Amino acid sequence: MESFFTRTRGILGSPLTGISRILVILAVVVLIPTFFMPLWNLEFWSYQYPESLTLDIYSHKLVGGNDNADLAEINILNHYIGMAELHEKEFPELMWVPFALGIFIVLTLRAVVFGTVGKVVDILVLFSYFGMFSLWSFWYKLNYFGHNLDAKAAVKVEPFSPPLFGFEQVGQFKVWSYPSYSSYLLFAFVLFLTLSIILSARAALKKPSN
Amino acid sequence: MSRIQTHILRSTMALIIISVMMTMIGCGGSDEGRGRGTETGMRSDVTDAALKTYVPPGDLDEYYLFYSGGHSGQIFVSGVPSMRHICTIPVFSPYPGTGYGFDNETKEMLGGYTWGDSHHPGLSETDGEYDGRWLFINDNAQGRIARIALDDFKTKQILKVPHISANHGSSFVTPNTEYITMATRMSVPFPQGTYADVTEYAEEYHGIVAGIAIDPDDGNMTLDWEILMPPFNYDLGDAGKGVSDGWLFWTCYNTEREFIEGAKLEVTASQRDKDYVIMVNWREAQKAVAAGNFTMYDGARVIDPAKAPGVVFFAGLGKSPHGVDVSPDGQWIIGSGKLSPTTTVFNFEKVLAAIAAEDYEDIVDGIPVLTYESVREAEVPVGLGPLHTQFDDRGNAYTSLFVESAVVKWKLPPYAAGDAEDAKRMEQYIVEKIPVAYNIGHLVSAEGDSKSPDGNYLVALNKLSKGRHLSVGPSIPESAQLIDISGDRMRLLYDAFTEPEPHYAVMIKADKLHPFEVYKRGEHHNPNAIWSADEASITRTGRKVEVKMIAVRSFFSPDVIRVNLGDEVTIHITNIEQTRDELHGFAIDDYNINIVADPGETKSVTFKADKSGVYAFYCTNFCSALHQEMQGYLLVKP
Repeated sequence: MESFFTRTRGILGSPLTGISRILVILAVVVLIPTFFMPLWNLEFWSYQYPESLTLDIYSHKLVGGNDNADLAEINILNHYIGMAELHEKEFPELMWVPFALGIFIVLTLRAVVFGTVGKVVDILVLFSYFGMFSLWSFWYKLNYFGHNLDAKAAVKVEPFSPPLFGFEQVGQFKVWSYPSYSSYLLFAFVLFLTLSIILSARAALKKPSN
Repeated sequence: MSRIQTHILRSTMALIIISVMMTMIGCGGSDEGRGRGTETGMRSDVTDAALKTYVPPGDLDEYYLFYSGGHSGQIFVSGVPSMRHICTIPVFSPYPGTGYGFDNETKEMLGGYTWGDSHHPGLSETDGEYDGRWLFINDNAQGRIARIALDDFKTKQILKVPHISANHGSSFVTPNTEYITMATRMSVPFPQGTYADVTEYAEEYHGIVAGIAIDPDDGNMTLDWEILMPPFNYDLGDAGKGVSDGWLFWTCYNTEREFIEGAKLEVTASQRDKDYVIMVNWREAQKAVAAGNFTMYDGARVIDPAKAPGVVFFAGLGKSPHGVDVSPDGQWIIGSGKLSPTTTVFNFEKVLAAIAAEDYEDIVDGIPVLTYESVREAEVPVGLGPLHTQFDDRGNAYTSLFVESAVVKWKLPPYAAGDAEDAKRMEQYIVEKIPVAYNIGHLVSAEGDSKSPDGNYLVALNKLSKGRHLSVGPSIPESAQLIDISGDRMRLLYDAFTEPEPHYAVMIKADKLHPFEVYKRGEHHNPNAIWSADEASITRTGRKVEVKMIAVRSFFSPDVIRVNLGDEVTIHITNIEQTRDELHGFAIDDYNINIVADPGETKSVTFKADKSGVYAFYCTNFCSALHQEMQGYLLVKP
């Protein structure tokens, strides 16, 4: 048991290999476009909306399809069931998610320079927490909107959970909700860091221990 | 999904058509009662016609067809080949359906007139091709011309021009939309408003032909010049292109220059064997204006052709002509004498040579008349009552024959040497005639006024339609018949019916137009627009009340307007929707107010609150499940 901790400590303190450093740099690179590409995409289709309404969720903004007209349309339709309007100001996530992503870029760059396996592990652990918290926060918010319906609304519907992932029929709409480009990039970030750790750890283990 | 539906529909339709065909063949001659198909020889082409005109649900037509609406004052829009009426564009008459003529802006544009007589639509052109920017349309009744923007299908400008009595020879467009034409149909004393008895017709009455300049950026129309003409009736026109670019053409009748009370113009104006085709060199007209060679009358620069040589020429054209049409390459100028069984083809190269050689047979009111034999290429024996000519892409012309009730297809020159001198030999250039129901006026081929007609569709615009449709009593609609001209033989494809009364129409390839369907917030600015209920306001200044209102599914804000009897009320209503097809209406009960605002549009209406009491207002344009609830109250305190 003690030897496990000792060995682990040894690995955490060991430097990143060249290839691991490149992977960490790549991880920084894939984070940059996440500021410009959507994280999540929702599509609403019904017979009278043959082109679908779409909503793209970015780290820092909500953008409806058709030059944002779709967001206004979603809000107009939702007002009939008493749902609050989806506005960027209702989503503090749009402030702290890009802030957090910036921090991850700084931390990761720091790991490139002072590259030890431990620093990368720290980032990975923090990032996993960040990712899961963000997802939960997003789900919670959707749920909040779906459950806090104005009791005086013209159309009464049972409170509902809008889909976080996959397909759901909501009223006359078929709704698809899926991760978009940025989410895949965040996944790539995790992948690069994980690979970097594995490769450097393996190199450290191969070294004859004293 | 919709694609699968389309396939299902298409195959179902095909099956239906095939089974209908089988039934008809089986019935043999037993259905004589259907009659018309037999008459027009179309029976065996039914399947072909059905397949060529059937546009399945959800599919789109190939062409836009813009009909003039005649004395309805509007433009009707249809699709070709389905011939389905899609919408009406209000131009010269109020149109409650879109609130046209009820809001301040369109009311002002109509200038107090409640109707117009729209005759000849003209599409803007770039390098002789339809560019899909604007549609121009004349008012034959009130000396006006209008411009419709084809990005939102709305009338943007109506220009009233002085001295033009009944603007018929309009609106023909030059190849780069430098000018559109206007012309007097019924000569009157000049300048406008002058009193002179008809007994002084020959001396005091005058006609005008005019060039309306178009701003190439925004399409704004302004009167550039007018030409004072003899007291004839000026009829149709066309703009030169190719070798005849820089020229405008009109026909005229009543060159007898008489209006004898009680003697019937139809008789007195039909005495001479030939009237004239008028040729105006508009670049020379520009030069005359630039040189100050004009007189100003009521803001119009009027050129006297006797004092400005080189601007106007005549050539003889028999008899009481209607249409003058320029071939796609611009070389052949085709005049149709409605009382002559021929159309006359002028060779524009010969026209230029005759002008250069001063080869004149006469001078009329200072206007040279070119020697007929020098400029005429041939007289084509097309048939009875030729009115108007269109073209295909294969050197053929199509002329409407009112009296014969037919469309005649004939070959444009060149003709074999000597043929033009022999009427019998000219008959070989008549390709085919197809009867139309009934009494055709104009006809229009696909992109037929451009330098490259498409040569596939032709629409016959018929004056009479008796018995071709379910009877609707004595006020019978007009008929428009779609004819396939793509093959060696013309084939009648479809009968459509329109409200009164298309004269001419134009047909443009659908993919040349890219209309927007929403006035996007941020792109379209109206100083009175507001975009949320928070900005809604009612402001009183003395006896004036100004309301800024929004309309959105399914409410108005404000929904109560309190005013005092006698107040002048202005309501600016913004439809804040940004989704296509979410229109909202705004009508005030018993106040004759009817506004329709398209998505993102702001409209204003000013009225006097001259009746006390409580008046409901509501959304007229069905918008949503709770449309019926979209209402409010105007409270007028006594």
